[in-house]
Amino acid sequence: MFSGYSMGELGAIFAMQGFAGLILFSVFVLMALGLAIIFGQMGVINMAHGEFMILGAYVTYLTSNVFSAYMPELFGIYFFVAMILAFIASGLLGLLVEWGLIRHLYARPLDTLLATWGLSLILQQTYRSVFGAREVGVTIPNWMMGSLPLTDLIEVPINGIFVMVLATGISLAVYILMFRSSWGLQVRAIGQNRTMADAVGINTAWTDRLTFGIGCGVAGVAGSAFTMIGSTGPTAGQLYIVDTFLVVVFGGAGSLLGTIASAFSISQAQSIMEFFLSGSMAKVLTLLVVVGILMIRPQGLFSLKLRK
Amino acid sequence: MSDPKTPKPVSGPNRRAVLAGGTALTASLFMPKELRAQDFPTAEVNTTGLAVTDDTVTVGILHSVTGTMAISETGSVQAEKLAISQINEQGGILGRKIEFIQEDGASDWPTFAEKARKLLVNDKVASVMGCWTSASRKAVLPVFEQHNGFLYYPTFYEGLEQSPNVIYTGQEATQQIIAGLDWVSETKGAKSFYLLGSDYIWPRTSNKIARKHIENFLEGSEVVGEEYYPLGHTQFNSVINKIRLRKPDVIYAIVVGGSNVAFYKQLKAAGIDPAGESPLVLTISVTEDEIRGIGGENIEGTYACMKYFQSLENENNQAFVSAFKEMWGDDIVIGDVTQAAYLGPWLWKAAVEKAGSFDVDKVREASPGIEMTTAPEGYVKIHENHHLWSKTRVGRAQADGQYDVVFETAELVEPDPFPEGYQ
Amino acid sequence: MQAASNRIFTRQDIIAFAILAAIIFVVLPVVLDSFRLNLFGKYLTYAFVAVGLVLCWGAGGILSLGQGVFFGLGGYCMAMFLKLEASTPENTAIQSTPGIPDFMDWNQLNALPWWWEPFNSLAFALFAVVAVPVVFAFIIGVAMFRRRLGGVYFAIITQAFAAILTILIIGQQGYTGGVNGITDLRTLNGWDIRTNEAKEILYYVNGVLLFACLAIAQFVRKSKLGRLLIAMRDQEDRVRFSGYDVASFKIFIFCLGAAFAGIGGAMFTLQVGFMSPTLVGIVPSIEMVIFCAVGGRLSIVGAVYGALLVNWAKTSLSESFPELWLLGLGGLFIAVVMLFPNGLAGVYSEHIAPRIAALFKKSVPEASPKPAAKAAAE
Repeated sequence: MFSGYSMGELGAIFAMQGFAGLILFSVFVLMALGLAIIFGQMGVINMAHGEFMILGAYVTYLTSNVFSAYMPELFGIYFFVAMILAFIASGLLGLLVEWGLIRHLYARPLDTLLATWGLSLILQQTYRSVFGAREVGVTIPNWMMGSLPLTDLIEVPINGIFVMVLATGISLAVYILMFRSSWGLQVRAIGQNRTMADAVGINTAWTDRLTFGIGCGVAGVAGSAFTMIGSTGPTAGQLYIVDTFLVVVFGGAGSLLGTIASAFSISQAQSIMEFFLSGSMAKVLTLLVVVGILMIRPQGLFSLKLRK
Repeated sequence: MSDPKTPKPVSGPNRRAVLAGGTALTASLFMPKELRAQDFPTAEVNTTGLAVTDDTVTVGILHSVTGTMAISETGSVQAEKLAISQINEQGGILGRKIEFIQEDGASDWPTFAEKARKLLVNDKVASVMGCWTSASRKAVLPVFEQHNGFLYYPTFYEGLEQSPNVIYTGQEATQQIIAGLDWVSETKGAKSFYLLGSDYIWPRTSNKIARKHIENFLEGSEVVGEEYYPLGHTQFNSVINKIRLRKPDVIYAIVVGGSNVAFYKQLKAAGIDPAGESPLVLTISVTEDEIRGIGGENIEGTYACMKYFQSLENENNQAFVSAFKEMWGDDIVIGDVTQAAYLGPWLWKAAVEKAGSFDVDKVREASPGIEMTTAPEGYVKIHENHHLWSKTRVGRAQADGQYDVVFETAELVEPDPFPEGYQ
Repeated sequence: MQAASNRIFTRQDIIAFAILAAIIFVVLPVVLDSFRLNLFGKYLTYAFVAVGLVLCWGAGGILSLGQGVFFGLGGYCMAMFLKLEASTPENTAIQSTPGIPDFMDWNQLNALPWWWEPFNSLAFALFAVVAVPVVFAFIIGVAMFRRRLGGVYFAIITQAFAAILTILIIGQQGYTGGVNGITDLRTLNGWDIRTNEAKEILYYVNGVLLFACLAIAQFVRKSKLGRLLIAMRDQEDRVRFSGYDVASFKIFIFCLGAAFAGIGGAMFTLQVGFMSPTLVGIVPSIEMVIFCAVGGRLSIVGAVYGALLVNWAKTSLSESFPELWLLGLGGLFIAVVMLFPNGLAGVYSEHIAPRIAALFKKSVPEASPKPAAKAAAE
């Protein structure tokens, strides 16, 4: 498999593969961050996470249509507006879902899996009825297309850079929120001792609700970013769930660093294997390795406590 | 109108009677056969207990209305219903109007088999227009063979099948692949090919045929890479990097479903613009329907091998497209499979009329050799092996989602589902 | 819990079983035509999985979202045997290599892979239908339960396995038939399984096997193991501290659920006539859980009703209102979890049975019939 490449070319291969791996890493981080926030805080896995992402994607689609119809000169910046709207839309839906559904089921995490799966089916059908069964295309602004040539052989796609910047930005934002804001303080307090937190006057119900909403909002932004690299259709959310769950579970509960480390390792492993094996076998092997490691170290990479 | 058969005028009250009788006789001789149901008594045209009455005949439509395949199969359902309504307007078949029972396969192969059995055993339909994926066809095939049903299957597929109970109105692999490869080799001087596909039987079999053709029949040509990705996969940066390094003349892409959107977007974003034709992107899996999801601007410049494009300029197609838009709305697009589905009811009608019966055995006997000159793709003929003679065409994708037809085989390509030298 | 629950079959249990037997063996065959009876036979194969889930999840607290894996493995084992039988050199004369399954021929395989060979024997195939899922379940169980991995983690990992197996089967189409599955199955040891009579007989065989599994499940539930399972579900550490080997019990019950699912898969293959990866993946695995949940996760008889009802609703709705079906199914998931967590069996025991008992006790005005009714929920 190394035959036919010169040294320079091999170097370029590794550089570009590394970059492809970084893009994949950013994608995983975006997908998993929202879920990790929720899972770390409440031990809840939201099976409808993909559908919250797709809501963000549909909002982006609508925004792009509105801009191209009424404000074509501003089309270049519509994407930023779309991301903010996606965050708000998915966040609001998250708040509603938490209030209506999740908060009744905190004592029964397994039942939450089933209930949120039911929610995902309902959302999928809603999207199908509102937007049609066909996939919708989102037009990318011109400045996001094409690639930057770094050297003769190495070219990096601009939207890949955008996704990476976005992932970094959101991770930083979440970090700041978690460790520098009062909300973050409350979240960490509840994580350590819920009863005590209640006793000192923290409104645990509202903090939980806000956490769920923010987690879903981040998912919406991720979905918005994915309109650049994937399709937007009613069932598109299903493509992401297994990967997202594994990244979160592999990273360990309650640890942002764990999520990031896990996303990094899984994405690099998959992208390296993809280069040398076929796509299917790379996927299967990556999944098997992740599951294998989880069996050996069930608490994930960076867990704060052992999970049952 | 003067007519040699009308007897010379007779005077008196008999004249009117003679004229009336003569007109009636003339009219009945010139009227299309279809209108005379009484000449085709049910007992004679239906000896196997099918759902045929003196005024109606029932067929089945079996496609996915829900699930992941709904996006693709909607067009086929629309085309079949259009064909049926047009046939009914012209008087039906053997004087009978066509009624249809539509069942939903729900993108689930066991459901397809179940509904097929229901249509054949419970509803006793005279024929079925249905299926899209090979998996659904494979699932229903034993049912059709066991209960002696007749299926019109519209999708282009991998070949390697020839059932007495199916008429394949879509291309089989050699019809789609070989002429297109010859064209790109001759016209564009392409020598190196990178084969890419989704990981299941159709892309794999098609690429096998493509590889054999490139290596054995095209001068000095080679395959520089072959990759497969799972259905639903959305990250193609690795293979795009490999393609960049190998610098092939042609990317031969058989990517299917949701992966399509991801692939073309990422290709363009990585700086490989199909419009620049270096490399040139050639596909057999993207019709006008798929472009809707991908976005015309992302795939502009890609070449596709099909037998039908919505932009074909012939009278049949112009009539077809406007009738389709009238029935289903102005913003529809019509892909290759949709057109093939449209052919199904017409071919069945022709076979039934030739056989003079709805019995499946007789329809089967009558089918080979049936021609259709009103097909939107121009002309087709049913082959002995139940596939269709048709032309191969190459189109260049445009930003508005339509194809600009750049090449068409001079002759009809013979279908060959078990090609020698390609296995 | 009363002393009455020490017996394996209480009177309520016998009545429940008898009613179910009457419905499956008498009412349905009389009321339904051949086509619909075959459909219900298919639903009953899902019931095997649901019963297994009652043991694993309802009693044991182990939620497996990947039962499709075991269903599929059992089904594929049976399908491999049937396919080999249908691929005799005479039937496959037009292939480049006669005597091997058609999909292998299209993929340019020249000979039967060595691991297909044993499936020429019916005895091996029948053994494999149960053994292969159990071996997989054992490996997964040992790896998970000995590490005390449970709950949500376990559920997600079973999902990963469902995804892995689906990708593998579809990708390795030369060996497995790929996304098409293994189709065109004809005879079982010479007996044609495609005729209407054969399908009826298979329906009855299915019913008998289902009752055998129900009996085993009932036995497990009422035994000491059953009580331990419930204890483990509610207070695992306490059970561990009492000296019991929690992991081994969990492994056992998980393997038993896998065995049931494998048998269900094999019966599915026989009745429907093919097996495909659409029954192995994430979506069908989660649907199997809903059958169990609707019927009542604590009631094995309820699980059978759940499987029948949900599937029948699916077929009926999808014929008339296909779009409504997904909304209905999603709503059902939510409703079952929020409103009636014990499913139909719970509704029966909490609302209907007391009223029936009250009717009978009207003549004797005394002590509440409620405890007796609650015991009927098990």
